[in-house]
Amino acid sequence: MDAIILQILNGLDKGSAYALIALGLTLIFGTLGVVNFAHGALFMIGAFVAVTVQRFLGFSFEQIDPDKTDFLGNPLKVKVTYVESWFGPEVGGTIVDWSVPVAVLVAIPIMLLVGFVMERGLIKHFYKRPHADQILVTFGLAIVLQELIKYFYGANPIQTPAPSAFKGSFDFGVLVGFDPNAIIYPYWRLVYFAFAVVVLGAVFAFLRFTTFGMVVRAGMADRETVGLLGINIDKRFTIMFGIAAAVAGIAGVMYTPILSPNYHMGMDFLVLSFVVVVVGGMGSLPGAVAAGFLLGILQSFASMNEIKSLIPGIDQVIIYLVAIIILLTRPRGLLGRAGVMED
Amino acid sequence: MSTTNFTRRGLMKTGAATGAGFALPTIFTSAASAFTNEPTGDTVTFGFNVPQTGPYAEEGLDELRAQELAVEHINGMGDGGMLNTFSSKALDGTGLLGKKVNFVTGDTQTKSDAARASARSMIEKDGVVMINGGSSSGVAVAVQGLCQEAGIIFMAGLTHSNDTTGKDRKANGFRHFFNAYMSGAALAPVLKNAYGTDRRAYHLTADYTWGWTQQESIQSATEALGWETVNNVLTPVGAGDFSSYITPVLNSGADVLILNHYGGDMVNSLTQAVQFGLKDAQANGKDFEIIVPLYSELMAAGAGENIKGVYGSMNWNWQLSDEGTQAFVKSFGEKYGFPPSGSAHTCYVQTLLYADAVTRAGSFNPCAVVEALEDFEFDGMGNGPTLYRGADHQCFKDVLVMKGAENPTTQYDTLEIVEVTPVEQVTYAPDHPMFGGAEASLGECNPGA
Repeated sequence: MDAIILQILNGLDKGSAYALIALGLTLIFGTLGVVNFAHGALFMIGAFVAVTVQRFLGFSFEQIDPDKTDFLGNPLKVKVTYVESWFGPEVGGTIVDWSVPVAVLVAIPIMLLVGFVMERGLIKHFYKRPHADQILVTFGLAIVLQELIKYFYGANPIQTPAPSAFKGSFDFGVLVGFDPNAIIYPYWRLVYFAFAVVVLGAVFAFLRFTTFGMVVRAGMADRETVGLLGINIDKRFTIMFGIAAAVAGIAGVMYTPILSPNYHMGMDFLVLSFVVVVVGGMGSLPGAVAAGFLLGILQSFASMNEIKSLIPGIDQVIIYLVAIIILLTRPRGLLGRAGVMED
Repeated sequence: MSTTNFTRRGLMKTGAATGAGFALPTIFTSAASAFTNEPTGDTVTFGFNVPQTGPYAEEGLDELRAQELAVEHINGMGDGGMLNTFSSKALDGTGLLGKKVNFVTGDTQTKSDAARASARSMIEKDGVVMINGGSSSGVAVAVQGLCQEAGIIFMAGLTHSNDTTGKDRKANGFRHFFNAYMSGAALAPVLKNAYGTDRRAYHLTADYTWGWTQQESIQSATEALGWETVNNVLTPVGAGDFSSYITPVLNSGADVLILNHYGGDMVNSLTQAVQFGLKDAQANGKDFEIIVPLYSELMAAGAGENIKGVYGSMNWNWQLSDEGTQAFVKSFGEKYGFPPSGSAHTCYVQTLLYADAVTRAGSFNPCAVVEALEDFEFDGMGNGPTLYRGADHQCFKDVLVMKGAENPTTQYDTLEIVEVTPVEQVTYAPDHPMFGGAEASLGECNPGA
């Protein structure tokens, strides 16, 4: 029983990331009708905003330590960060320590801007082109973005630790009546799950309870009629593209303590997130979220030794197997609607 | 009146024969020379085949820096580096056999097919006489096989699988880097002293040739100490999130986790194991421990403070105090501004060893070079007295046991040397079962002509 709970918990944080990326993909597809293969790259760019903020806060000057030498035998140059120099070691150290949450605040405007530039500069020229063209151009854009990141940040994973207050893990098993050490879960993964729930809730509330959201939903249902009412739906859809980029970006920022950022991480998540979108139902926001968590948890269960000993390699194919089964039994996905991507 | 012997049938036959001749890869038909790519001008070209893109690009670029430095030293530029400490004095800084050394580079992308394609291009188009470099055992085995077929010497870079000089050994291939067996043999006594003989180990293993041989070697070494192996779980390369594989460890009855991972996988699995509290946990009344059998400086930098106190092994480290190491670190450090990695060291040494063998043999003929390298004993290259064993083309030298430093002073000393394991302790028979047994054979040297 404890193993089952553990795998559900493991699936929640992975599923959270899938759900956040898939939500953005679905939003873009539902509003603009674009299949955006560069969406994983937005997740990756968000992660590298966290790396950049960490480096920015770590900007330092050198002081000579006469008592120590470097690898060539010269006096050792010790680095002191400007933040610690300005605010003192304690406050400065805390700011540096909290670089990931700080990066979330920084990432929101940056990712909105990236989203606007991407949509206005490139993707809008492909609205009336076939899906194959959209896939090609966005996939190409994803490769360009990841190569740019590799050029500036290198190919190795970069450590981006969580704040000290959230390092380590807690004994979840004891809370629910199991023996000590039966279910250990890192604090940050719980934070990530809570963060994902808040972001998903905020996006749904925004679409449900604001006039802007109502117009966007109306536009998703019937773009032409909304346009005939004199509403500039294109402008709103551009804003939705920016919001989708921001959601992917902050999802990437918060994921960095779980998975050290590397230039390829966006592509790793993209393929799985597309499967999530298809399983959830093209254009269905609740479907994307539900499928994200479902597939994240199933993937965790498939990694259990007991399951792998029964079906070797199942952990690598479970998501695709489930996708095949669901598409055979429910061709429109779990919560897909008729008429979406069927023309 | 003139006559001609041309007929339509004859023309077609001639055309077909000529076409077939052109279609054959030139590396297999170089009959005019005594051996493949025999240098005829006043230059000779080396091929440096390293990952310049992909997950090991940083290591590849460091290899490239070292290879460029080696070529400079062979051609008499710079301070000479390890040429000043190398026990063989055949190289005098005037190039090779009167020729200046050039080099071309290829990108392995850490993919066997891409590595073979770039190696083939360097052999066919650039006329290289030797290929050096790489950061993957899968790539090394693939390129070594190609070089054997083509009649080119392959001086392997970073490849740690037993198979490279085990079941997949080739007469034209040579490995300076240590291997998985040596890691296990070097680590075992240190682990016994640190953690005792009553331990239960859980392995997470990268699912490819290096991971398999690494796991087999460390399991054999630790079981010889009296440790029990609780489980070995194969994990996909590039899994990213290892949490599903890590969480069952604490309830498995194990008190040691051995991560047979390398590169980004090691950075992620170690980081996540620490996040799940394994380093602070207790099991079977003992402190839970984590071991990473193969370390590299770049991995250590990626793992940050998570490696503190974690044992592993290395082929070489810049913190060694011998003359050869100091000469190389000075030379590399002054040129590039930071100390060299272990992968840079092995590629630098391999390039010099090849050049030295050519000079001693007095020929670029691969078979003469093979003869010069086999059972060659040398010193002054940073690893103490070293033997290039003729039976399997594996270098035998001391192995370093490392530990994550508790209080590093700079980003370059995150690992500290715990012990220099003497070569006798890591030596094995050429027909050892982990290395292909009695059936493993180098085959015949191929000059390519």
